[in-house]
Amino acid sequence: MADTLTHTDAPEPSRRDFINILAVSASVGAAAAVAWPLVDQLNPAADTLALASIEFDLTKVALGQEVTISWRKQPVFVRHRTPAEIARAKADDHAPMKDPATDASRVKPGHEQWLIVLASCTHLGCIPTFGGGEYGGWLCPCHGSLYDTSARIRKGPAPKNLYLPDYAFLSDTKVKIG
Amino acid sequence: MSGPSIYEPKTAIERWLDSRLPIIRFGVDFMDFPTPRNLNYWWTFGAILAFCLVAQIVTGIVLAMHYDPSGAGAFISVEQHIMRDVNYGWLIRGIHANGASMFFLAVYLHMLRGIYYGSYKAPREVLWLLGCVIYVLMMATAFMGYVLPWGQMSFWGAKVITNLLGAIPVIGPTITTLLWGGFAVDDPTLNRFFSLHYLLPFVIAAVVVLHVWALHVPGNSNPTGVAVKSKSDTLPFHPYYTVKDGFAVSLFIILFATIVFFLPDAFAKVDNEVMANPLVTPAHIVPEWYLLPFYAILRAIPDKLGGVIGLGGAIALVFALPWIDRSKVRSMRYRPTARIFFAFWVLSALVLGWCGSQEPDGQLFPGVTMFNLIDYDINSVTWVSRIAALYYFAFFVILGLLPMWEKTRPVPDSLFTPVLSHGAAVPAGAALAPEKKG
Repeated sequence: MADTLTHTDAPEPSRRDFINILAVSASVGAAAAVAWPLVDQLNPAADTLALASIEFDLTKVALGQEVTISWRKQPVFVRHRTPAEIARAKADDHAPMKDPATDASRVKPGHEQWLIVLASCTHLGCIPTFGGGEYGGWLCPCHGSLYDTSARIRKGPAPKNLYLPDYAFLSDTKVKIG
Repeated sequence: MSGPSIYEPKTAIERWLDSRLPIIRFGVDFMDFPTPRNLNYWWTFGAILAFCLVAQIVTGIVLAMHYDPSGAGAFISVEQHIMRDVNYGWLIRGIHANGASMFFLAVYLHMLRGIYYGSYKAPREVLWLLGCVIYVLMMATAFMGYVLPWGQMSFWGAKVITNLLGAIPVIGPTITTLLWGGFAVDDPTLNRFFSLHYLLPFVIAAVVVLHVWALHVPGNSNPTGVAVKSKSDTLPFHPYYTVKDGFAVSLFIILFATIVFFLPDAFAKVDNEVMANPLVTPAHIVPEWYLLPFYAILRAIPDKLGGVIGLGGAIALVFALPWIDRSKVRSMRYRPTARIFFAFWVLSALVLGWCGSQEPDGQLFPGVTMFNLIDYDINSVTWVSRIAALYYFAFFVILGLLPMWEKTRPVPDSLFTPVLSHGAAVPAGAALAPEKKG
């Protein structure tokens, strides 16, 4: 009897099945609703996000000099490039690269002496130092990534060029980052 | 637990308690657990590790009472307050900081024991997996603990490792943000690491309970790898192994105390005596010694995601060992070929560890420049680590294929036989007697 019942036709969904599905779905939904605040609290808090933009006076940086400033707790390079560095970066525009980019795409038009990039190596976040390696740009001390004078990755494990923060020139001597 | 209970409550109170919470029965049977009689000193690391976990938790709870988990206060609270002002703070921190190294030393020997003697094979796969889970939890706990003093190496180590997780496709950047709680490693990161560093040891303790439970179902393996066949193959855990373990723990504590009192900075990095500075990366970043082999694998692969996969794979393969190694012979004592590959595997891990401590373009033979291949000169630390990493991974393939052509030595009938053949001084007949009677 029981055998024929289970094998021939599947039993009709009963009221109990409906209640079971409803109860389980409601519990899963409730559990997710409780879990979400516990996960989301890990995200950056409002006061952390509020440190969004800074202004910087470029007259402090002489030709050929570089400063590291802090933006959203991250280091940013502001480099006053020499004509030789700019020429070298432009000359390499079409050299084979991991993350191809022209020098013009990495600076603002008319302000190509100013290279402003996030100072975190795109490999694992160390701060590269200027003046190391065969491309005239930066060398990352951690795992040996080499960047050129346009902060493009040329050699080593880093996958990307140094990132460009959002910034705009407020005047010829003042820049707003963020 | 295997075997019937030997506990008989003698008093009315014991009977009353036994029918409500049989905790005395549990303790008595635990201490009486039948243990193979031929366990050598490589089997004492379980007790040593239990000691390490308790020592870390006790010293850690005390340190948390004096520690200030803020970017401005953490470094001062450790280097000045705990190390100089708190009564015996230097000692407690010395035990805790060096205790991490001692813990890893013991866990590596414990794991190598398991691999050499094939302890992970059926029916102990779950025991092995739980052990691997404990190992991963230990690495997470140690990493977060290393961040807490908020020195330069703490900060930049945290930055490198959290960026590492960022290389995971799709979810990586989200995980990194959730760990940071900001745009970079900062106060929120330090606070959550402190919270998790306090939590994880108790999670480890819970998994240790499961690990010991999973041990007590099949019972211990042993150096011959031959299963226990009768009660005469075993001895009660107490007093035989409590004494043996106790002796080993004592030797371990002597080594531990020597480091704490005479070489307290043996594992410390000078850069970590400088307060964290998010604008300056130390010239040479290295993790603690127990993570160096994985760090070397990461650097050996010239691709960000590839490096992370290599690092994760090096650990994942250890989890998979029970299903990779299909040899019917459990112990490498009877697998002379496997034993040689195993020895070279240990060597490859040591070489990787050395490579991880060196600069990536440092030269193996100073002054010799050969030619560049995949970004690095052939005579560079990176190429040494590439070759060592290749063997590290190849070992798992070899272990999987070896049973097809391997010639093993005869395995004894009982775990007791090799003991008898070694002990020339003991008359064979006399020593055999207990087994015959059993």
